Amino acid sequence: MTTITEIQTREISYLSAISEAITQCMREDDDVFLVGEDVRLGSVFHVYNDLLAEFGERRIVDSPISEAGLMGLGVGAAATGTRPVVDIMFMDFMGIALDQLVNQAAKMKYMFGGKARLPLTVMTMAGAGGSIAAQHSQSLEAWLCHVPGLKVVMPSGPYEAKGLVRSAIREDNPVVVVCNKWSLGIMGPVPEASYDIPLGQAHVVREGSDVSVVALGRMVHEAMAAATILAAEGIDIEILDPRTLSPLDVETLATSVRKTGRGLVVHEAVRFGGIGGEIAAAIQEEAFDWLEAPIMRIGAPFSPVPFSPSLEKAYVPNADTIVQTVRHLHARRV
Amino acid sequence: MPDPSAEVLLDLYRRMVRIRLFEEVGGRVAEDGRMPTVLHLYIGQEAVAAGVCANLRPDDQITSTHRGHGHFIAKGGQYRPMFSELFGRANGACKGKGGSMHISDIDLGILGANGIVGGGIPIAVGAAFSNKYRGSDAVSVSFFGDGATNEGSFHEAANMAALWKLPCVLVCENNFYGEWTPQHLHQAIEYIADRAAGYGMPGVVVDGMDAVAVWSATQEAVRRARAGEGPTLLECRTYRYFDHVGMKGLRIAYRSQEEVDSWKARDPIQALEARLVEAGALSAEEAAAFKAETLAEIDEAIAFAEASPFPDPAELLTDVYTEATS
Repeated sequence: MTTITEIQTREISYLSAISEAITQCMREDDDVFLVGEDVRLGSVFHVYNDLLAEFGERRIVDSPISEAGLMGLGVGAAATGTRPVVDIMFMDFMGIALDQLVNQAAKMKYMFGGKARLPLTVMTMAGAGGSIAAQHSQSLEAWLCHVPGLKVVMPSGPYEAKGLVRSAIREDNPVVVVCNKWSLGIMGPVPEASYDIPLGQAHVVREGSDVSVVALGRMVHEAMAAATILAAEGIDIEILDPRTLSPLDVETLATSVRKTGRGLVVHEAVRFGGIGGEIAAAIQEEAFDWLEAPIMRIGAPFSPVPFSPSLEKAYVPNADTIVQTVRHLHARRV
Repeated sequence: MPDPSAEVLLDLYRRMVRIRLFEEVGGRVAEDGRMPTVLHLYIGQEAVAAGVCANLRPDDQITSTHRGHGHFIAKGGQYRPMFSELFGRANGACKGKGGSMHISDIDLGILGANGIVGGGIPIAVGAAFSNKYRGSDAVSVSFFGDGATNEGSFHEAANMAALWKLPCVLVCENNFYGEWTPQHLHQAIEYIADRAAGYGMPGVVVDGMDAVAVWSATQEAVRRARAGEGPTLLECRTYRYFDHVGMKGLRIAYRSQEEVDSWKARDPIQALEARLVEAGALSAEEAAAFKAETLAEIDEAIAFAEASPFPDPAELLTDVYTEATS
């Protein structure tokens, strides 16, 4: 029996973790191929840099800049016996591909009375913070979570990236992997061997007793920074990473809030209509009698992502906004 | 191209009759309010589905449109699961979850009718990619209308298919109306096949009222696709006898009776029947007997469907996802 100490782990980046997961899946299964814009060159983010050399042009396929066609190619290929990984370079471009994802991929199995199998993985990059402005910075995961038939995961760090990408590729349903382009350099311990992170399971990142903070993607790291500041003030937050947004592990999140009596959901996406509202509502339905305060939400303000660094800094939630909101929540009494 | 054998002609004839009678009876049943649906009837366009699908193997795939019954029947779909589906019953082709606009049977290579105009074209191209990737010599065919050629999905998919020489055939059924809008008001070109040049694939204009012409043109397109020579755009010029939707239609005045009559005078089934009778391959009695048998099969399938149970409400949440991971 293997114990955790026997598994070879080392520090690698979020970027390398994504690449390693795809590489290992492609080695194991010839049905897996990668298609996207400039993927042979590694993509604009260099995530796929080493794949062409190992797998060749048959399996690493450069697409024309045609997101609708590209997504549709993935749908048709997935329905007919392959396991495509479709790269939509920036999540902002998802709109162009949305009919194929929402009306075709998500509904095909249901509309066909269960006969179809859609092992389709969609990789995409969300996240603001580098002055690439309103059409290259959005976090649009709420759009996708609203669609039955899709699964949506959001890796927060290297360990999550490797395990969730592998689970997505091995899943027989369409899964959108929403990565964060500004997390690509984050380092963390990752096992060398392949492993799955089961979809639909949240993870308790930090145990605490005073306030439950549900943080999505990159916000996990901001919440960790906030935890250090708050600990110095005697406020002990519990941090939860849902890892999968659809299906959502409400039970793990609600269990935490029943313990602390206070909940906060933090995401980088626009707060209004964001998935945070759904998460907060789902938790309060399960934990209402334990609540000491309303479940709060932190998200971006209701504007497009701005260009200028001064504006963008004010736009993206961070450890400071989390600290302030947690202080407020912690002070509230019924 | 050699003339098709009498066997091929009879096959085309039977496929067309099976489509026509299904649509005539189904259309009336729907109009009587017995089905929970409206139907986009394929009547008039039968030569296209029959002529194309007669060239396909069971493992070849098709994607279809909202006007999809003809393709389903021509690719091997049976009446019972069709009617059960149209009546919304648990034993329908899609367990009552898809209906007319999503009728499919992936085991027959039918990757779905489609409620989104142009939605099936990239999917067919994806199936072709998959066939090539897996080393299969199966081909895929996408059926779509003139209206769909103005969708981005058509252009993106056609470009990819030609770029990668994928084994597929793009079959445009130009019935000259996108819903109710005539072709000259939705695109500046007369021949949709001309668009093929823009992607670097052959474009062929075919008389879509002549099943033999469609069969011949498709035979070459499928040969090319299977041989790895890439896709072909076939423009089959055909006509929709009924309205965009339903038999009575929505009573929108958009075309003249003279125009409808001129196309009906070239009815593909009557023309092929006459040709078969003249060639001595089919007698009038045999034709009548085939139609009577087909009608009896349709009546039986309707009775079967109407006697079948509706899906249990518990079925609502099944088939949203595949549970096990392979």
